[in-house]
Amino acid sequence: MSHDNKTLNNPDRRDFLKVSLGLALTSTGGVSVMSLAAAEASGTLNAYVQINADGSITIYAPNPEVGQGVNTSLPMIVAEELDANWDEVVCEAAPIAQHYGMQFAGGSLSTPMRWDELRKVGATARTMLVQAAAQEWGVSQDALSTRSSMVLHAPTGRATHYKNLVSRASLLAVPAEGSVVLKTPDQYQLLGNRVVNASAEHIATGQPIFGIDAKTPGMVYASFVKCPAIGGVAKSANLDEIKALPGIIDAFLIEGTPGPYNFDIRESYTTQSGVAIVAKDTWSTFKARASLDVDWDLSAASKDNTRDIEAQALKALAEGKVDEEIERVGNVDDAFANAAITADATYTTDFVSHAQLEPQGVLVSAATGKVEVWTSSQTPVFITANLAKLLSVSPKEITVHQVRGGGGFGRRLSNEYVFEAALISRKVGAPVKLQWKREDDMAFDYFRAPTYYRLQGAVAQDGQLTGWKNLLAAASADGKKANYGASYRPFDFPGKVIKNVLIEQSFVPSQTPTGAWRAPISNVYAFAEQSFIAELAHATGQDHEAFLLNAIGHQGHIQEDDPASLNTTRAHAVIKAATRAAGWGRELKEGRGLGLAFFLSHAGHIAEVAEVSVEGKSITVHDVWVAADVGQVINQSGLENQLQGSVIDGLSTLAAQSISVVNGAVVESNFDKYPLLRMPQSPRVHVDVLNSGYSPTGAGEPALPPLAPAVCNAVFNACGQRIRSLPISKEGFTVV
Amino acid sequence: MANIKINGNDHSLDGLDPTMPLLWALRDHAGIQGVKYGCGVGQCGACTVWIDGIATRSCLLPVAALDGQTVTTIEGLATNALHPVQRAWIEHDVAQCGYCQAGQIMSAAALLEKNPSPTDDEIDSAMRGNICRCGTYVRIKSAIKTASASMVASALFYDATSTEETPV
Ligand code: FES
Ligand code: FES
Repeated sequence: MSHDNKTLNNPDRRDFLKVSLGLALTSTGGVSVMSLAAAEASGTLNAYVQINADGSITIYAPNPEVGQGVNTSLPMIVAEELDANWDEVVCEAAPIAQHYGMQFAGGSLSTPMRWDELRKVGATARTMLVQAAAQEWGVSQDALSTRSSMVLHAPTGRATHYKNLVSRASLLAVPAEGSVVLKTPDQYQLLGNRVVNASAEHIATGQPIFGIDAKTPGMVYASFVKCPAIGGVAKSANLDEIKALPGIIDAFLIEGTPGPYNFDIRESYTTQSGVAIVAKDTWSTFKARASLDVDWDLSAASKDNTRDIEAQALKALAEGKVDEEIERVGNVDDAFANAAITADATYTTDFVSHAQLEPQGVLVSAATGKVEVWTSSQTPVFITANLAKLLSVSPKEITVHQVRGGGGFGRRLSNEYVFEAALISRKVGAPVKLQWKREDDMAFDYFRAPTYYRLQGAVAQDGQLTGWKNLLAAASADGKKANYGASYRPFDFPGKVIKNVLIEQSFVPSQTPTGAWRAPISNVYAFAEQSFIAELAHATGQDHEAFLLNAIGHQGHIQEDDPASLNTTRAHAVIKAATRAAGWGRELKEGRGLGLAFFLSHAGHIAEVAEVSVEGKSITVHDVWVAADVGQVINQSGLENQLQGSVIDGLSTLAAQSISVVNGAVVESNFDKYPLLRMPQSPRVHVDVLNSGYSPTGAGEPALPPLAPAVCNAVFNACGQRIRSLPISKEGFTVV
Repeated sequence: MANIKINGNDHSLDGLDPTMPLLWALRDHAGIQGVKYGCGVGQCGACTVWIDGIATRSCLLPVAALDGQTVTTIEGLATNALHPVQRAWIEHDVAQCGYCQAGQIMSAAALLEKNPSPTDDEIDSAMRGNICRCGTYVRIKSAIKTASASMVASALFYDATSTEETPV
């Protein structure tokens, strides 16, 4: 069950709170009971758990839902500890409020950051309900148990539903920190089960639950036209002509803030310059754009050309130009001097767009001092403070509603479209629904940065990988530090595993904004690293799996206190599970190949094996086997969906997605030139989830990085051609 | 101007710009928002509706081209109970973000209404116009097969009962 559309259409539900036990997290991490009076007085829904008079239990998901399933998985964590009957649970999006802490969706963190907190909330509520029953029946708490939203007293056979205990429970003091006992994993009834997403029925019946569906009385529609060359400033436009067009309410320039547009999701409230067109419906704004004539001042605009960026990067790598050392371990010179075999290869990836299926859009009411925002942002927690600065209003005057987003992948981490809509709303004096066209979304993304890696490896006489060098060329707006996602961050492998490692970088100028794209850095770096390891195995005549396992080694958990660090035991387990499932080493038909890759990102240890066939330059990916260890499974169905989707996304991106920039402007404008994978190209995906007993991590990202190297390794295995550039269309390959 | 039936109800499109695509007429003027905007150029299928039972991209279809036609959107697919395709979508927990799914369901249901037992290739070709950015194709395919099985089974049941009940 879910009522998530209510947050859009029926925000006032005070009567819903009449009989409820409101439990909220305090700023110190403790759990407090909202007294009914306080909850009613504030008129907000500020609690995680509400037990309603009809026996249903509303559980609020604090973090934004953009397709990763947290609207279901986070309430499941509470429900598990609460022993709530899942069939009676209603999942709702929490309002944006300080006591919900970090309300954002990124870095696959929603689950791990809430894991302890939400278990505590559920367990505390359960304890209080048990105490209430003990009081009511005059029995010892120890004789009571809970199951399926009921408290049971075995000796007398008495049982009562939670709803009957709420009034008494809400008068109790909150149990002291530490007195509440959490379940051990063997006691879980709900976690690890297959649970259908709480919004599945609303989605299947077309309910208006997305950002694009938000409405408010008096709302007008807006389109915002920015300079194709990123950072150009609107000097003038034929505004009178535009205003005279049918349906148009207003048209005006927005000055904007000068670039470069860094990916600063916490502090930034910059907007690019442009022309706002406001109309009585979406279509009128889109249509008017065809008649719009803007005079752009290009003096501050980006001059980027992707061809030049790539040429400069490759030159820097070939010449060994080093601007900065990132990581040095052991003595690489010795390792290379003493090696039996060395290899040297350069890998590249292009700019790519997020292309989430719902283009950016938002509803903002900023006509008066009171500001209201309905957004599918992945970082609603950062909107209030920045919007307050932009509009010079008190943060207290701002209300942010989170609304389901049609895909995120990191695109919705930045809130610039919210700021655009706020400025437009303020100017026209009405609530504004700003809708970016797909073309806007593709032209003004915070793209995945292009990357260029020159990898060198040294293998000793005994076949052991002993030396690793990586010189990378990083796009940089200022020549001093890499743009977001363009560089490298030290990973446990190779840094803490291989004895001699040197990572260095060189900067190449680029103004094009870049940002977090699903599994940032890992998504491109894994392609280079895991392809190169296969190259080294091949060069030394070793089986790829054996070479990889050997390279990872047997150190165990590299940093015991950091669950996100490499655990070689977990790595070995997923690699072996994936190769076993795929039948690694089996005889294959001519033109067929298997390829393997492993990567650890966002605390998820994932191995993938792809089976492909290659005919000329046409690649068919038949099957992908995924073995994943993401710790404790919350929702098996949601998890498998994320793993399958990551494989499809990885394949979609490697096939033919590339954003090119000419004179600062993005060339590709829609899905005709920027193709997404379609069903006929889609492989079978087999998923094996290893339940290792570690605490959980989010599953939105870690299964993506291994896909590209697994497929490219399979292509090599099938036809002997080594692909070193993404997308593979650059080397003439297509996925069919 | 155009008069059309949307999900069984008569609608007048009077006063609308005749070049306005049906997508925006539905979303902004008819209050029907299940239909989604993804690309506006006929590439993604998020805007798929039925025109006289045929799955059609509504983002490129000007309202002036419609007169007397019947439009069915995701909101009108379920008549008494959910359509078997909708049931299968829920059972298989297909959706991730869900934004593409109204379009996917309309394409899948149109396929099965015409061809209740499609082959894998027929499914592929009927669904190739619908992009799922979240990559739920694996589940979409399984859900179509489940819906197909249930539609074939109920057709058989219906045939069996109707033969029994209809004296020849
Ligand atoms: S919106 Fe119509 S096909 Fe994409
Ligand atoms: S479920 Fe997100 S686009 Fe299909």
